[in-house]
Amino acid sequence: MGQTLFDRIWDAHAIATPDGGAALIAIDRVFLHERTGAAALGRMAQMGRTVKDPARVFAVMDHIVDTRIGRGTVDRRATSMPGGEAFITETRAACMAAGITLFDVNDARQGIVHVISPEQGIVLPGLTLVAPDSHTCTQGAFGALAWGIGSSEAEHAMVTGTLRMEKPRSMQVRFDGEPAAGVTPKDMILHLIAEHGAGGGAGHVVEFTGEAISALDMEGRMTLCNMATEFSALSGLIAPDDTTFNYLAGRPYAPPDFDDPYWRTLVSDADAAFDSEITIDATTIAPMVSWGTSPEHTIPIDGVIPAGPTNALDYIGLSEGAKIAGTPVDAAFIGSCTNARLSDLRRAADILKGHRIAPSIRTALAVPGSLEVKRQAEAEGLDRIFTAAGFEWRMSGCSLCFYAGGEGFPEGSRVISSTNRNFEGRQGPGIRTHIASPETVAASAIAGRIADPRDHACAPVAA
Amino acid sequence: MSAFPDPLTGMAAPLDPGALRDNVDTDAIIPSREMRSTGRDGLADGLFAPWRYADADARRPDPGFVLNRTEYADAPILVAGDNFGCGSSREHAVWALGEWGIKVILAASFAPIFHANCIRNFLLPITQPRVVLEQVAGSRLTIDLAAQTIRTGDAVHRFDIDPEAKRMLAEGLDPIDLTLIHTDHIERWITRDRASRPWVYLEASQ
Repeated sequence: MGQTLFDRIWDAHAIATPDGGAALIAIDRVFLHERTGAAALGRMAQMGRTVKDPARVFAVMDHIVDTRIGRGTVDRRATSMPGGEAFITETRAACMAAGITLFDVNDARQGIVHVISPEQGIVLPGLTLVAPDSHTCTQGAFGALAWGIGSSEAEHAMVTGTLRMEKPRSMQVRFDGEPAAGVTPKDMILHLIAEHGAGGGAGHVVEFTGEAISALDMEGRMTLCNMATEFSALSGLIAPDDTTFNYLAGRPYAPPDFDDPYWRTLVSDADAAFDSEITIDATTIAPMVSWGTSPEHTIPIDGVIPAGPTNALDYIGLSEGAKIAGTPVDAAFIGSCTNARLSDLRRAADILKGHRIAPSIRTALAVPGSLEVKRQAEAEGLDRIFTAAGFEWRMSGCSLCFYAGGEGFPEGSRVISSTNRNFEGRQGPGIRTHIASPETVAASAIAGRIADPRDHACAPVAA
Repeated sequence: MSAFPDPLTGMAAPLDPGALRDNVDTDAIIPSREMRSTGRDGLADGLFAPWRYADADARRPDPGFVLNRTEYADAPILVAGDNFGCGSSREHAVWALGEWGIKVILAASFAPIFHANCIRNFLLPITQPRVVLEQVAGSRLTIDLAAQTIRTGDAVHRFDIDPEAKRMLAEGLDPIDLTLIHTDHIERWITRDRASRPWVYLEASQ
């Protein structure tokens, strides 16, 4: 019986201890951000503990930083969140004290943690990487075991270089066939969650396999793995291949090449047994959009709203049996660790080019995932396409993926959003969120209503 | 922090009376806007803010919300459905629940990060079949960690918990201290690993 990729990474990190308790798993990288990292660093200092190997711990300011052009690095110029300055100044001081590399507010390398970690080559195939952020699973796209933890476990990982844990179960999700034009990795993962539920991956590490996965570029793979946590999986994982190695080679913290035969061992054996398996025919997937308050409340864009929990339908203000397409929206958001990389911006810009957003759209934001993405997009002139269409072009950060109390959408807004969570109040009290691909956000912003991106000529997803 | 007060007796408050609410996310348990300080305290005021307050800004309670009803005001046990604690990894959700006085959460299933956060803070997450949850919701229960039972009247339901989590909760142990006992062991492992995976080990601050 062969091994899964997950088994291989797990075994390579399991440290046997004499007391027979939970497994001690070696942690190769820890990444913090200012929203939850300060709590971990603060308690560590309070307990008189220190970081075991500061060179393998990184931090970034991304969650509550202002994304308006012209932001500063201190005080209310760095964040619009009331009281938010403390998160920034305390994180900055604690990183300095602990000797941790910090990508500060206006550092050229700043951006959303799961965008910049790959850009810098901090995540590598076969590593374990944790961060006090649920979307850490994004980085599983590189064949690393990467997952979100709480602040206490972040402290544990930094102080001991390990985490104590029971081994999760393994699941294979195989996407066969080639998705149709206009269908993106976001639609693939939403399709999975809609079919198998927001708890469908509970207790599992999910390996995504199949020809529809191999064909994806790294950015698409990241979008897919990003929402493994929305499937309640501990993480998502994709075996590294030439696409992965070519992306990472020579990046600042990565090896110059991946010629060592070791890297090719990071695969599941053909006869590996997973604890559970799901197969999806990718040719049947349509562009998806959420109708309710959980990512499982998602349907094809040409579908009708099904029977669902009353609280979800009440909050979202829509009725069972109604078509989702055509629902008027007041705001559009392109950003987040799910869909704010260069290829996402390119594909949205392809749709927006030569169009204006509808007059009924009160807010339309394009927030690059990192300052590097922003520079590349500007070099291609994408910023001018967004602004000509009526979008506001921003600095990088998590922005209005969630509402922290500062800048927000206008009261009562219904938002079409390239983010990952349509929870009640996620984007602000009473704000109603519909999650979808960047293409669908762009098409809907033009129409002023939830609109099918296939009505525009869609650029292919994989380059 | 203190160990789980075993055994514990108290009311089991159903988050949605008459139903098992699924997919209770950590944004609902404590919204980002209620995480106002960098510490772990002062969070109970924002617990379930979107549901608990008719007007969250004015802190005007919604009398219909379960924890605002007199019979559940001191309830140490919450009851919900599948995938409890999904979404953001914010440990603030567990800190807010703990500060409010919740000691046990009974649910059909839990999101993994939330579950781990509970153990680290001595909150007991118990998984039970929906039929049992429907039976015990709204009742006065005794939760016995040592015996791994939920008792109400004559009915006894067993629950599973992994041995290490049980020991953590029962003894109020700090896992970091437990792991630091193995520092030499970990160091020897790292020395071997450094030879086979040199790319893992980075130079100080670049």
